[in-house]
Amino acid sequence: MKRALAVLLLAVALPWALEYFDRTFYVSFASRVMIYAIAATSLNLVLGYGGMISFGHAAFVGTGAYAASILFVEGVTSAWIAWPVAVLAAAAAAWLIGAASLRTRGVYFIMITLAFAQMAFYLVNSMKAYGGDEGLTLTGRPDLGFSLGNEIAFYYVVLGFLSLILFLLHRLARSRFGRVIQAMRENAPRAEAIGFPVFRYQLACFVIAGAVGGLAGALLAAHGKYVNPGVLHWTQSGTLMVMVILGGVGRLWGGVLGAAVLLTLEHLVADYRIGWLASLAPNYQQHASLAVGVVLLVVVLFAPHGIAGLMARKRHA
Amino acid sequence: MLELKAVSKRFGGVVATDRVSMQVRQGEVHALIGPNGAGKTTLVNLISGGLAIDSGEMLFERKPLGNLKQSRRVLAGLARSYQITSIFRGMTVLDNLALAVQARSGTSFSFFNSITSERRLFDEAASIGEEVGLKAKLGSISSTLAHGEQRALEVGLALATKPRLVLLDEPMAGMGPEESARMVALIETIRAKVTVLLVEHDMDAVFRLADRISVLVNGRVIASGTPAEIRADPAVKTAYLGEEAPA
Amino acid sequence: MIVEQGLNGLQFGLMLFLLAAGLTLVFGIMDMINLAHGSLYMLGAFVAAALVQATGSFAAGVLLAIPATGVLGMLLEVSLFRKLYQRDHLSQVLATFALILIANEAVRLVWGSDAALPMPQALSGPVELLPGLYYPAYRLLIIAVGLLVAVFLFLLINKTKIGMLVRAGASNREMALAMGVNIKTLFTVVFGVGAALCAVAGALLAPLLAVQVGMGENILILAFVVIVIGGIGSVRGAFVGAVLVGMVDTVGRAFLPILFGAFLPPQFASAAGPAIASVSIYLLMAVVLFVRPQGLFPARG
Repeated sequence: MKRALAVLLLAVALPWALEYFDRTFYVSFASRVMIYAIAATSLNLVLGYGGMISFGHAAFVGTGAYAASILFVEGVTSAWIAWPVAVLAAAAAAWLIGAASLRTRGVYFIMITLAFAQMAFYLVNSMKAYGGDEGLTLTGRPDLGFSLGNEIAFYYVVLGFLSLILFLLHRLARSRFGRVIQAMRENAPRAEAIGFPVFRYQLACFVIAGAVGGLAGALLAAHGKYVNPGVLHWTQSGTLMVMVILGGVGRLWGGVLGAAVLLTLEHLVADYRIGWLASLAPNYQQHASLAVGVVLLVVVLFAPHGIAGLMARKRHA
Repeated sequence: MLELKAVSKRFGGVVATDRVSMQVRQGEVHALIGPNGAGKTTLVNLISGGLAIDSGEMLFERKPLGNLKQSRRVLAGLARSYQITSIFRGMTVLDNLALAVQARSGTSFSFFNSITSERRLFDEAASIGEEVGLKAKLGSISSTLAHGEQRALEVGLALATKPRLVLLDEPMAGMGPEESARMVALIETIRAKVTVLLVEHDMDAVFRLADRISVLVNGRVIASGTPAEIRADPAVKTAYLGEEAPA
Repeated sequence: MIVEQGLNGLQFGLMLFLLAAGLTLVFGIMDMINLAHGSLYMLGAFVAAALVQATGSFAAGVLLAIPATGVLGMLLEVSLFRKLYQRDHLSQVLATFALILIANEAVRLVWGSDAALPMPQALSGPVELLPGLYYPAYRLLIIAVGLLVAVFLFLLINKTKIGMLVRAGASNREMALAMGVNIKTLFTVVFGVGAALCAVAGALLAPLLAVQVGMGENILILAFVVIVIGGIGSVRGAFVGAVLVGMVDTVGRAFLPILFGAFLPPQFASAAGPAIASVSIYLLMAVVLFVRPQGLFPARG
């Protein structure tokens, strides 16, 4: 708890510090990291805590993003309306996809979630009225009664959401529901055999995770003032999974750590040229995914519990 | 308590359960024996709801089970333990049992309150743990338990759901004489509270515990009666030719 | 037009089958999720393109690319995949996803984002199948090769000892192990064959579709849909599933917009038609799964 408060304090102080060091651009970057942290944390709930390898989570993030964007384009500029709608839309999508997928197990489940996500991608892609494959540009951000155009204001709103989500996840993991879900992750048949209707609980978990993902999507659309079908592509689901495993599957800070590390790495590789590396491969910065792939492979093979796992082990060593 | 009427199940071309009819009376320990591959575990799966029957009828406490989901059957008082230990290996013994208690004590769609505040769950779990002889190991992660202790937990999980009928699928599987004796003693203590359908290979235990015995061969019940009757039955003797004959 | 689209569907389906066959066996026997299967398809195409350019001959390039990719696949299996068999599905998903990223960038570094594999001159014309019915010769070649490979695989799996081992492994791995089958070598061979099949598909489709980085991912999803429909572990299922998917997708894309246009007002038809067409195979998959959750021909009882 103390650690969490310390981190929160740091996060609250960050924009001031950045302003002091004349690096206010990074406020926007930090917001982006936090939004992805929310998305990754929502995936962590269903994947890390629930043990459901959903490869279609991007569909829920995308649903939220598009719901919010479409509302904005149609004149609904209040986030008080748009964001809850986005969350509900994502929850509905999660309910539909979950109900169809959760009756299957193992490999089938992964494939089906993947397929449904692609289905969502293609559907959105063909929505010519809302940008089709070119995407939708928004003329501004929705407002919360006060404008969110100011990066610092937006940052604090996102920080507020992230903190709330993490707090709720912390409580959820310790709750009855959390217990059941984690038990099902470990041994679903036995959970059923002691009286828990597995399908119902997993579906609930799936929907909650989808809803939070939708929130992240709405925030993402507002942040960049742009949304395109790529948000729903299965490789985006893959990116979220990378974040979760990097940060630590099933651990509270997994989503945050994973998003922070991955996005920072990407940014560093893209924007800061390492001299000696450039002399070896002049275009290396365009091949950042190669580094991501290698890091991911190493993590999977040698540090499957991610960064949070390593940190936990250090504390107990 | 439990009645099966011409229950059948086939897998592709194989008839695993062939028009099985039997009755388990309330309060008794009813043993189900038979050679390997007779279909005992399949039958347990059918009764517990893990598998759907093809034809026939099953009545629990006079009410038809129909297509009732497994979790519902458990809540109705019909629990089972597994032949191949199926516990929550990453959790402690206490947490394992508490989970089973949790299942029958209210909804688990509760998202905010910490479970550690529910003393009653853990107290009940602890007492069940004591009952199955795991008092000393309540705080141990269940994967660290010895085989016999894991089997005890296996049975404990089924008992923690407070069943009226419990299906024990080879609880003594892989146990040495000492551990088996403990399991027999355990079953003796619980028989007062719960009806038991016991699937076992250990004939000593079977003849010591059972009020009645049914013999399953190739998916069919070839004999059913008191231990004395079964001992004398020629069909049973033929079926067990080559197997350890009851003393 | 119908016949033409039907044949196109068959052609596409047969190539899908080549990918799906290897994939379903890897799933069925090794219980391993391999997202990088599409990357082998991509590698097959790029290697073929490079070899065709180097040798100046279409046939030589394609024929050499097949074993080359097969060997590459086997090397991959021995070095990396062996470590993954014991791991949980999530680890397999992530590790092979990492491989996709690495493969894509590696290809980009070596050959750039695209490559060209032009259609051989001799086959670029149409063939008269029936009086008045013309069909591109090259596509006929693909159909012929696809059917040949299907027959070959069928014979291999059902009539040879190796095939029997493969089938045993697919339906019950523990039993196969207990029977003393040399699992390690079997896995490597199966994987190698799967990679080779990917190369056949990649090389043959290259003149028709673009050879570009990322081509593997698009077709990978289709291959997954195929094996979910066909049943994991079943080559027969992969065949039926692939042809079904190929047909539904191709014919759907060609005719659904027209169908919609005939029955719905234009502003709906122009949006709905292509949208439904592109998701038609997923709807097919959903329907199949609803009726038969294990697929049409599940290998495991």
